Amino acid sequence: MSSAGGSPLSGAGSTTTEAVVVARDLTRTFGAGDTAVQALRGVSVDIEAGKLTAVMGPSGSGKSTLMHILAGLDKPTSGTVELAGTEITTLGDNDLTKLRRQHIGFIFQFFNLLPILDARENVLLPLTIAGEKPEDGWFDELIGQVGLGDRLKHRPAELSGGQQQRVAIARALVSRPTVVFADEPTGNLDSSTSGEILELLRKSVETYGQTTVMVTHDARAAAMADRILLLADGVIVRELPRSDAHEILMAIEELNRR
Amino acid sequence: MTRFALRGILGRKLRTVLTALAIVLGVAMVSGTFVLTDSIAKAFDAIFTEQYRGTDAVVTGKSAFVLTNNNTTAQPSFDESLLAKVRGLPDVRAALGGVAAQAHLIGKNGKAIVFGGAPNLGFSVDPSQPAFNSLSLVDGTWPKDSEVVVDRSTASKKHLHVGDTIGVQAQGPVVQFRISGLVKFGAVSTIGGATLAGFDLASAQSLFDKRGKLDDIRIAAKAGVSPGKLVAEVQEILPPETRVRSGSSQATSDAKDTNGFITFLQTFLLAFGGIALFVGSFVIANSLSITIAQRMREFATLRTLGASRRQVLASVIVEALVMGVVASLVGLFLGLALAKGLFKLFDVVGFTLPNNGLTFETRTIVVALAVGIVITLLASLRPAFRATRVPPIAAVREGAVLPPGRFARFRVVGAIATAALGFAGLLLGLFGHGLGTKGVLVLMGLGALLIFIGVALFASRLVRPLAVVANPVARWTVFILSVLAWPLFALPFWLLRFGAWGSSSTGKRALAFVGGAVLNPLLLVVALAMIVRKAATRWNPEWPAEFPGVLADHSATSIGSENSQRNPQRTASTAAALMIGLALVTLVATLAAGIIKPFEDAVNKIFTSDYAITAQNNFDPIPVSAARAAASTPGIDAIASVRGGDGRAFGSTIQVSAVDRSIGRVITIDWKNGSNTVFEALGANGAFVDDGYAKKHKLSVGSPIALLTPKGETLHLVLKGIFKPPTGGSPFGAVTISSSAFDAHYDQPQNLFSFVAMRGGVTDANTVALTNALKSFPNAKAATRDQFVKNQISFLKNILNILYVLLALSVVVSLFGIVNTLVLTVFERTREIGMLRAIGLTRRQTRQMIRHESVITALIGAVLGIILGLILGGLLTARVKEIVFVVPVTQLIVFTIASIFVGIVAAIFPARRAARLSPLEALHYE
Ligand SMILES: Nc1ncnc2c1ncn2[C@@H]1O[C@H](COP(=O)(O)OP(=O)(O)OP(=O)(O)O)[C@@H](O)[C@H]1O
Ligand SMILES: [Mg+2]
Repeated sequence: MSSAGGSPLSGAGSTTTEAVVVARDLTRTFGAGDTAVQALRGVSVDIEAGKLTAVMGPSGSGKSTLMHILAGLDKPTSGTVELAGTEITTLGDNDLTKLRRQHIGFIFQFFNLLPILDARENVLLPLTIAGEKPEDGWFDELIGQVGLGDRLKHRPAELSGGQQQRVAIARALVSRPTVVFADEPTGNLDSSTSGEILELLRKSVETYGQTTVMVTHDARAAAMADRILLLADGVIVRELPRSDAHEILMAIEELNRR
Repeated sequence: MTRFALRGILGRKLRTVLTALAIVLGVAMVSGTFVLTDSIAKAFDAIFTEQYRGTDAVVTGKSAFVLTNNNTTAQPSFDESLLAKVRGLPDVRAALGGVAAQAHLIGKNGKAIVFGGAPNLGFSVDPSQPAFNSLSLVDGTWPKDSEVVVDRSTASKKHLHVGDTIGVQAQGPVVQFRISGLVKFGAVSTIGGATLAGFDLASAQSLFDKRGKLDDIRIAAKAGVSPGKLVAEVQEILPPETRVRSGSSQATSDAKDTNGFITFLQTFLLAFGGIALFVGSFVIANSLSITIAQRMREFATLRTLGASRRQVLASVIVEALVMGVVASLVGLFLGLALAKGLFKLFDVVGFTLPNNGLTFETRTIVVALAVGIVITLLASLRPAFRATRVPPIAAVREGAVLPPGRFARFRVVGAIATAALGFAGLLLGLFGHGLGTKGVLVLMGLGALLIFIGVALFASRLVRPLAVVANPVARWTVFILSVLAWPLFALPFWLLRFGAWGSSSTGKRALAFVGGAVLNPLLLVVALAMIVRKAATRWNPEWPAEFPGVLADHSATSIGSENSQRNPQRTASTAAALMIGLALVTLVATLAAGIIKPFEDAVNKIFTSDYAITAQNNFDPIPVSAARAAASTPGIDAIASVRGGDGRAFGSTIQVSAVDRSIGRVITIDWKNGSNTVFEALGANGAFVDDGYAKKHKLSVGSPIALLTPKGETLHLVLKGIFKPPTGGSPFGAVTISSSAFDAHYDQPQNLFSFVAMRGGVTDANTVALTNALKSFPNAKAATRDQFVKNQISFLKNILNILYVLLALSVVVSLFGIVNTLVLTVFERTREIGMLRAIGLTRRQTRQMIRHESVITALIGAVLGIILGLILGGLLTARVKEIVFVVPVTQLIVFTIASIFVGIVAAIFPARRAARLSPLEALHYE
């Protein structure tokens, strides 16, 4: 079992680091009546600052749904989410927008870069939208980190998948958000490229203390995480501390057998 | 964010250009109209100013009331003795008397020289007083007795030279003159198609039947005398039927009619520009909606990155704004070219407009840009607001659909309410009381606008049923058209390409190439261009290509038909643009048919004799002496004429007509009170009116009518009869008197028509005899009843054709709309088309699929438009009693086929794009 002990899987209060996202009793039902699908059935979780949290689970277990709700993209049917001290489930569109600018970064499976902008403009987009300028040196450092130096003038269509995801990562980090959400960031990449991208994410957590939540199917990816949440049928069934790929696979096996 | 909007435009060039075209055309029409009318106005201004050069005051005849401008009645002339009195005034330095009237120059072919509807001006010139002379000699000398000067542009167009003899017809038969010189009018580069004929005063007076009379006296003041003082001084000695004005105010007064005409022309053309812009706004709204649906993921991503709804709204609006600005600028300058082209075009058709250089007013720039930009912005509002409703989560959801707008569920209700409001406005305009002409037109225009919007909003509900009906129609018409076009297009194109690239013996290929070139030489150019392109670039034309067939591919057209129903909203909006143009074209055709039919009936009913004599242009009045000449035709049974002029009775200016005693022998009318004996009994003070006029003024036989003539005399008439005109009207004005009474009280009486009965009726011999009798009146012509009807209608037909051409502009705009929708659709379905291609859809099938969708869309627009046009036509004809409701079946069939053509043409480019997608590339596309 996890280091946090048997009681609340969230492990609230049992760690010294503060939680930047606090979710309580989340449920989410899609549709109504006969066709209603319960994607989440009561999830409570704390996302700790400066850590990389991985969310794993079988297909359809509610990983994406959970992430969307934590990030304020979707609203829970019941339950609460506090992000950076603000209750977000009741926020209006304008406040949510402000919250996103300040506290949230996204990395998508399909990169979601703007095809008409070059790499540099794509990276700077969140700041441009917020009407801000990058801090001195931060942009260059970031570009150095993600290794895009010579590709800044290229449009997404002229970049490989891995390069595109590097742009997307830089874009997520450029505003130094409180938390970065990534839904299967390597889901669309081959395995060696995946490795590089995961290294990059890991590095951002270590170097900048960037809190990151990542949904993944890949045990190798989860092995990079400080903490792994296992989801099944809309509930968190288990939580692992930093583990290697083998341990993670075993845990998943065990789940499947149940 | 603004920067991204700009990038968006640059990143989607084709879409932007296609969308912007819709605005470009409308704005071009607006700016072209302004440039054209301003230029004409300026030219006229120059003419009228030049006219009174060196003139401080002008004395003219004064009619008792303001005359209408249908040119049957001129200002009365006055006695020339006034000139001497004016000259005797202390402050008058010089004074010159002159006469002016219509004077037709007779060309070498014996026909009157007329350029379009431009006037034929005759006047006296006096070279001894050059200060008053706005003409200058370019060749020869000023005219003496039996001589004439003509303007050099007429001379050069008709190859007239100094020393030639030329006939001139004015108030009497043709008189021969020697051309003594050629003149030009001041500094004006062209005075339009007007012909000028200048004579010495005595010749002019006799030619115009104004012996001893003058039409104007131009006066120059002594140094230091103000025009105001001069006018006051002249005023003292004026007889009552004359007036004096300063030179500049006379110029302004002369310009009033032309200014009225120019204002009308301007409003008229602007209306069509407005229609094109209205249609354009549909196209823009639709294109933007589609683009936004396609860019949903992009907007959602922006939202996840922290973009607010406002920013999304702004980015779409800025994009539209930039597009609107650029399109309006392009349209503005295209309008300049359009105006230039129109001047040339009018010149080519012989209707030369006065031209003194193009005028580009600040107002033109401001209005054209403002209108284009505002319309673009308005059209972008709905799509922009929809874009703000894209939720951030759409960034991660595959195949998310744009959430319906806040008011989506009110759409049907809203559509019906809008259309109902439109009909209410229209009906109020048509049947309401006490609205001015302007009010009626505004109400009707707004009503029609709302109806169009309402129907367009509702149309998405009609797409499915209409598409089902349109499907076989589209298939069959396209098949028939393909069969017709096959030998001229498909076959020669294939032959040419076979000749160029086919793998066969050189002889066969040469034969094919020549065959193709012979069948359609135009395609030869295309083929040569393709050959050059293939040789010069790495471009690879499609070859071998299937031998062209005509049969529609059933599976391809089925997919096309389904596709047209896939997004009813989109199909409906696209079709709606075409619907507007078609509704208006149908309306025009319906009204024309509704006017022509009763007119023909009326002519057939009234005109029961053999020939009618009218002016060459069918509507100008002709000298009374022409009828006198015709009366001497051998074999004539009866001839009687109808004269026309202005008059005033019961407080309003009316058209007065006059008939000969024997008119009853050549025409037939239905009497309500009285009989044909009324014609003979009119005498010096008898009159008859139609039943409508009688009812309006509560007249019955025996009622008195006080008729004021332009000369200021009041005729005390007694009503002798009341007749019932047919629906299509009669040749008579409101009040008709005897021609003897008319001639006694109207100067220079002129006939509108003369009707002739011949022994033996219409025969070749009679026609020749009558034409011979009219030989010395080249401006008059004899026509049989059928010819007469045709001639009278030809004017209407010309107007009709002009309307069609102007409405075609909005149809072209809607054609771009279809192209745009199809291009965007092909773009959106790239993957799908690639998949279809991968599983075996041929290029030809792909093209047919797209074309079929296009034709169905066009047909939906056509059907909706025609129905709407008929409804509007029905309402209008119900209101105006002179117009009956006639369904112009032939025209409607033509319009439908034209719409199918629009569909086919619109599909050419998008279908090619779709067909050229390689399956691999298409599947790769993201
Ligand atoms: N918009 C939606 N409408 C209806 N049902 C939904 C919607 N989104 C998710 N679901 C359902 O909710 C459940 C959880 O979906 P979710 O996308 O969170 O799964 P997941 O764990 O991310 O799966 P995967 O690993 O395949 O991405 C699934 O049963 C899914 O069908
Ligand atoms: Mg998922």
